[in-house]
Amino acid sequence: MAASIVHDAEMNVANFALSAKRAVSALPPLALRIVAECPVSKARACDLALPHSTVNTPVFMPVGTQGTLKGITVDQLEALGCQIFLGNTYHLGMRPGPELIEKANGLHGFMNWKGNLLTDSGGFQMVSLVELSEVTEEGVKFKSPYDGQEILLTPEQSIAIQNSLGSDIIMQLDDVVSSTISGPRVEEAMWRSIRWLDRCIAANKNPHRQNLFAIIQGGLNADLRKACLEEMTKRDVPGFAIGGLSGGEEKDDFWKMVTLSTDHLPRHKPRYLMGVGYAVDLVVCVALGCDMFDCVFPTRTARFGSALVPWGSLQLKQKQYAKDFQPIDPDCSCATCRRHSRAYLHALFKCDTAALHHITIHNVAYQLSLMSAVRESIVGGRFPQFVRTFMRRMFPSPEQYPSWAVEALASVNITLDCVSKDERN
Amino acid sequence: MKLELRRLVRGARLGILSGLGGGGQHSLELPGCLLYTRCCSVPHLTQDTLRTLGALPAGALAEHQEVLESFQEGAAKFAGLHNTALFCSLHDPATLCPSGYNTNKTVSIWSSGGRIELTVQRYMALQAAVRPNWYQSLADGDTQQAGTSLKRIRKSVDRTLAFLDECLLLHHKAQELAEAHIFGVIEGGDVLEERLRSSRETAKRPVSGFVLDGFHSRAMERELQHQLIVAVTSELPQDKPRLLQGVGRPDEVLACVELGVDLFEGFFPFLVTERGCALNFDFNVNCDPESKGMVPPAGQEVYEPADLQQVTCFEMNLKDEKYRDDFRPLVEGCECYCCKNHKRAYLHHLLVTKELLAGVLLMLHNLAHYGGFFSALRRALESGHFEALKGKVLGLSRSV
Repeated sequence: MAASIVHDAEMNVANFALSAKRAVSALPPLALRIVAECPVSKARACDLALPHSTVNTPVFMPVGTQGTLKGITVDQLEALGCQIFLGNTYHLGMRPGPELIEKANGLHGFMNWKGNLLTDSGGFQMVSLVELSEVTEEGVKFKSPYDGQEILLTPEQSIAIQNSLGSDIIMQLDDVVSSTISGPRVEEAMWRSIRWLDRCIAANKNPHRQNLFAIIQGGLNADLRKACLEEMTKRDVPGFAIGGLSGGEEKDDFWKMVTLSTDHLPRHKPRYLMGVGYAVDLVVCVALGCDMFDCVFPTRTARFGSALVPWGSLQLKQKQYAKDFQPIDPDCSCATCRRHSRAYLHALFKCDTAALHHITIHNVAYQLSLMSAVRESIVGGRFPQFVRTFMRRMFPSPEQYPSWAVEALASVNITLDCVSKDERN
Repeated sequence: MKLELRRLVRGARLGILSGLGGGGQHSLELPGCLLYTRCCSVPHLTQDTLRTLGALPAGALAEHQEVLESFQEGAAKFAGLHNTALFCSLHDPATLCPSGYNTNKTVSIWSSGGRIELTVQRYMALQAAVRPNWYQSLADGDTQQAGTSLKRIRKSVDRTLAFLDECLLLHHKAQELAEAHIFGVIEGGDVLEERLRSSRETAKRPVSGFVLDGFHSRAMERELQHQLIVAVTSELPQDKPRLLQGVGRPDEVLACVELGVDLFEGFFPFLVTERGCALNFDFNVNCDPESKGMVPPAGQEVYEPADLQQVTCFEMNLKDEKYRDDFRPLVEGCECYCCKNHKRAYLHHLLVTKELLAGVLLMLHNLAHYGGFFSALRRALESGHFEALKGKVLGLSRSV
């Protein structure tokens, strides 16, 4: 009798512990709180609670491909106000590989980054970088650039690698097709991406701490996009990405697919527009309802000596900057602009990699502060005015506003100078 | 500029060099080393470093002379270094200088744009634009090729003295250099007589200190090098600092400190960084029961590298496979940013993937480690443990 009482008591304790654990892990790893919505356009400002911290949106996520944001330390990144950035599953899966990163306590532990991380599936690299052997229902077969061996990347494997990396947001493996292609291949890829989404969801070992996002495909075909949206939104994923764009298609087609997508995506889940990073594109796509963006452009262009500014960019390697003793942007408060001049950076380029780092820091600061300003204007109810001021600063005259941007903004009720005369002053 | 000697430990001088910098507010403990820069920037680094005394080769700035002249406030300010005392050397100690270009009136230096021929006029105009806190006179040190003739060596001494006299004249005329100090340069190749002549003659001139040129490791054998250095320092006034160029390996630093050298150029950590290595030699002389009685592992002697690029026994080569899953910091107990935040496995990965961050992190560590070595060196001289320090540094490599 006594023995069974003790046994029951033990069971009760064990059950209690189990349900307590379940309660804790029942806290969703992602929660979106809408802080403000623009009454004119589709823009919104949100707080995105993720496992490592809360991210303020709209947000630009820099790309740190191989577990590092080029020459910037994690401390410098933190000081810049970066809350989330990208790692690359394909590259990291190759070197140093998922087993090693798992041993290192995930990508966070490996890099010593305390903020959030997003990893993509590896799918895009396979299309853009590698000799593509074959895409089948099973997965993507390709040749490793390191030893020439044939590798098969399946949805399950992509998720397994991302589980090892431990990133806060992981992406489904999608069947990626160039946006300049049309025809039956686009449709095939769209349906396959849905099936692969289901396989990815099933394969995710850590749904309580890693958020699997779906990726809407369908190319530039409105019907295909809609079909994809309808299907994918039936799945209970924490967030959605808009994929298959930003690959060289016409901007006129691009924005229409973006706005179509946000029209059909749930309001209370984040919308991540992949591969978008030019300032104008960011501002317009925020207006169209996107929350998150990533792009290699700002960090890549820095390494070519190109510094981003509100009125375009400065090619600092050019002779005209040799005696220009101003900072890159007199209004910028980043470490580079506080201390260094265009002339110094121009001179430094000839002899030291530090020149690249200075500009990378500035460009990341530029992108993050742009998004910050966008967010503030949404919260303050002045987003449309912000857009107008932004465009005026970026282009020498309204005649030079890209027509796709004008149309896209008009579609969400933001009119620019060239349309309304009384805006001019 | 004032040199205060506190202690003499056999040949080694412990002291402090004060009155450096614009307002004379910087000082440097001796023996010490200058922070190596290119174009006034510590290679790879964007952030402040702890030390505030930098050295800068003229070659890196020569092509920017016009810009500096327009800027009118000197190289330090141009580079955003507001609180740094700057020494301008002639050549970049981290690269080899091609031979055979100097003439009676000119010395050639190399910049990213190629060879630049400097007359005294041009050299002094450059210094006026750079506005360093102190700099060396123009000098002909092209005597390091094997088999340089005695005639050529004599010429180098003659030319260098002539250059010095001209530099001194222009120095006093230049308003931009009113607060700067000029160092004379000791030449003489591997000929004792010439070294002595150069030392005595240079010491007669009103210079603030001396640069010992032509003693780079590859120029001559160790023993001869030591003989000549001590001969030179014995001829030079005690109350003026001696800067030895081109020497940076820890064992050589220790040897040269005992020969009366005060200052070194800090390019060695940079070279180590460039080859993907991290300094890890032990310079702690605390009483550690484990380290007592340690003998150098068999077959691991301190060897002479043929050139600046070779991996030495003072460093670990992080590209080695064995570091792939080594989750320890580079050096246990090191307080640098890299060791406090990252592991060997991560550095290995960055090097294998050729990521820019590798250079940044390694530079931070190597500077900290090398600086720590110099601190330990001064403490050892202070407390009488110099021999123990030598034993530590020379006797072992940290084999991991």
